[in-house]
Amino acid sequence: MWARAVLLGYRSWMGWHRGFTSKTDPQGSGRVTAEVIEHLERLALVDFGSQEAVARLEKAIAFADRLRAVDTDGVEPMESVLEDRCLYLRSDNVVEGNCVEELLQNAHRVVEEYFVAPPGNISLPKQDEQQPFSHN
Amino acid sequence: MAAPVLRGCCLGRCWALACIDSGSRHGRGAATGFTSSGKRGQSFVAQQPLLTAQKSRKGEHKWAAVVGLEIHAQIVSNSKLFSGSQVHFAAPPNSLVSFFDASLPGTLPVLNRRCVEAAVMTGLALNCHINKKSLFDRKHYFYADLPAGYQITQQRLPIAVNGSLAYSVCVGKKWRQVITKTVRIKQIQLEQDSGKSLHDELRSQTLIDLNRAEGQLRVDANISVHHPGEPLGVRTEVKNLNSARFLARAIDYEIQRQINELENGCEILNETRSFDYRLGCTVPMRDKEGKQDYRFMPEPNLPPLLLYDTASLPAGADPQQVINIDRIREQLPELPSETREKLIQQYGILPEHSFALLNEVGLLEFFQNVIKETRAEPKKVTSWVLNIFLGFLKQRNLAVNESPVTPSVLAELLNLLDRKVISSAAAKQVFEELWRSKGKTPSQIVSERKLELMQDEEALERVCHAVMEGHPQVVMDMKRGNPRAINKLIGLVRKVTHNRADPMVIKEILEKQLLS
Repeated sequence: MWARAVLLGYRSWMGWHRGFTSKTDPQGSGRVTAEVIEHLERLALVDFGSQEAVARLEKAIAFADRLRAVDTDGVEPMESVLEDRCLYLRSDNVVEGNCVEELLQNAHRVVEEYFVAPPGNISLPKQDEQQPFSHN
Repeated sequence: MAAPVLRGCCLGRCWALACIDSGSRHGRGAATGFTSSGKRGQSFVAQQPLLTAQKSRKGEHKWAAVVGLEIHAQIVSNSKLFSGSQVHFAAPPNSLVSFFDASLPGTLPVLNRRCVEAAVMTGLALNCHINKKSLFDRKHYFYADLPAGYQITQQRLPIAVNGSLAYSVCVGKKWRQVITKTVRIKQIQLEQDSGKSLHDELRSQTLIDLNRAEGQLRVDANISVHHPGEPLGVRTEVKNLNSARFLARAIDYEIQRQINELENGCEILNETRSFDYRLGCTVPMRDKEGKQDYRFMPEPNLPPLLLYDTASLPAGADPQQVINIDRIREQLPELPSETREKLIQQYGILPEHSFALLNEVGLLEFFQNVIKETRAEPKKVTSWVLNIFLGFLKQRNLAVNESPVTPSVLAELLNLLDRKVISSAAAKQVFEELWRSKGKTPSQIVSERKLELMQDEEALERVCHAVMEGHPQVVMDMKRGNPRAINKLIGLVRKVTHNRADPMVIKEILEKQLLS
C-alpha cells in the first residue's frame, strides 16, 4: 500500500522534475537509479530497504505508464479532480482551538504544554554509512 | 524555521552602492511574501533593479548585484487562514490550536474569506494584476514545527502578480538628496505559517508551540552577483533579519562576500545563511544542507480559488461565497501615492517632502492642521514641520502625538514670522522655548524676551552706519570683496540691536551704505 502512496507522490513530483525522467527511464528500461532512490529516501524519509522494494516501485511506475496509451492531444490537463468544485469560504470567526489538554494527550513528551521534539533536524547518515543492499 | 503566511517577492535595492542600472529579474521561481499570523499569511515578491558595484581591488570587471526580498506579513484577522482557531499573540502555548493546526489525521483546510480579501486588497494597493484563478500547493520539508510535513502555499499560480511600489531613497552626501524609486513586486501569495520552536540546548530538545502569530513582519533576502551581460550568479538566501538597518547591512556584506569569493576563484554555494548581528556578517545555517527539494504538488484538498469582478459575477450567487475584486477596490482607502500627489498639487511641495510627510505617523495631520491656521506659505510650513519640528521630535525620540507643541501654537508662531514681527532666528529661539515650557504662547515669549524686530528702519540704518565707522578695516575687506567681511559686520549690528534686526535687512542696508 505504501508503494501506491509513494507512486502518487512520485508521479506528481516527477511532473515537476522532468529532468529526472531520463535518468529513471533512459531507454524505456523502467529502472529507477540508486541516485533517485537515495534522493527519495532523504526527501520523504521512507526506507526502500531492499532490491525487491525498488523492483516493486518500478513495476508500479510501469503500470501507471500505461496511461500514456491514451491520446490526450488537445486536452487541457486538469489541475486536480476537485477543480470544478466550489472552494468554500469560511467567515472570519473564532470557532475552535482552546483544547490544549486534548492535543497534548497523544504527545510522547510534553514540557509545560509545549510539544517536545529532538533538537533541530537530525541528518540522515550518509550513503556509505547506510545498510547497503545490492542494486544493479 | 517558520513558514511565511503572506509572501511577496521584492527585489530590493542596495543602499550603499552608487550606480543604479535598470532593473532585471532575479531568476528564481519561489515567491517571497508576507507571512500572516496564525495560519494565514501573505507573501509578496518584489524585484529590485540591478545594482552595479565598482570593484575596489582588481578593478577590471564591474559587478552587478541582484537582490530579491521575501517579505512575510501577518494578515490582521480573527481566525487563521485555514482553521477557525484564534489569532492572538502572547497566548499560552498551544492554546490557540485546532485539530487541523496540529495536523491530526482526518482534518482538512478551510479557507478564511477575510484572508482572501486582505490578499486582494494588498495586491490592488501594490498595483498587481489579480489572478481570477489561483491555486494552492504543498511545499514539503521536515521540521518539528511543521507537523504536517508540508506547508500549504501558492507557488504555481498565486493570487496576485506583477505589481510595483514607489518609494523614496536618500542619496548623495549626507543623504541630502532624495530620489524616487520603484521596486517590482513579483507576486503575492497566501500561505501557512509554521509553529514556533524554542531550542533548549541544555536538555538537547526543542519545545514546539503551534499557536503561530509570531513576528508580524519578517524579511529574507536573496542575493547573487554577476557581471552585467552574463547570466545571473548563484544566489544565497539570508534569513534572520529583524530590521531594515540589519537587512541593509546583511545585503551589503553578502554582496561583498560573494564578490570576494568569486574574485578569489571560489564558487558560491546555493545555501541558506543567517546574519550574525554581533559580527555583522552572514554565516551558513547548519540545519540547511544543500539545495532543498520541496516536492511541490497541488494541494488536493483545496479547489482553485476563483475571484470575480462586477462584470463576471455569477447571477444569484451567495454573496458570502464570492469575492468581487471591484468591490474591494472601492473599499481601498486613499493610498499613499494618491495622498502624496494631492499634497504636491495642492501645496506645491517637492515629491521627496511628500514622502517625508507620510512616513511619520501623525505628521501629515499635524502639517495639515498647521496649514489650516496659518497664513504663512505652504513651503514655509513644510520647511518648519519637516526640518525644525521633526528634528526636535527625533532628537528627543518622540512621536508626533507626544509633541509639546500643538499645530495651533506652531501656526501662531509662523504667523508672527510671516508678518515679520520676528526674524527667522528669533522664531527658532521661540520654538525652543515653546518646546520646553508649556502653556506660554509664542506672542508671550516674544514680548517677554523682547524678540520683536526693529520696525524703525532709520534707527537701523544709523546703527549700521555706526558699526561701519567703528570697523574701517572690516569695511576695507568688504570693499575688496571678502565675503566673510560682510557677515562679520552683520554679526556686529545684530549684537548692537540685540538680535532684533533681520539679518537680510541688515545686509541690504550695509550693501547700500557701502555703495554710497
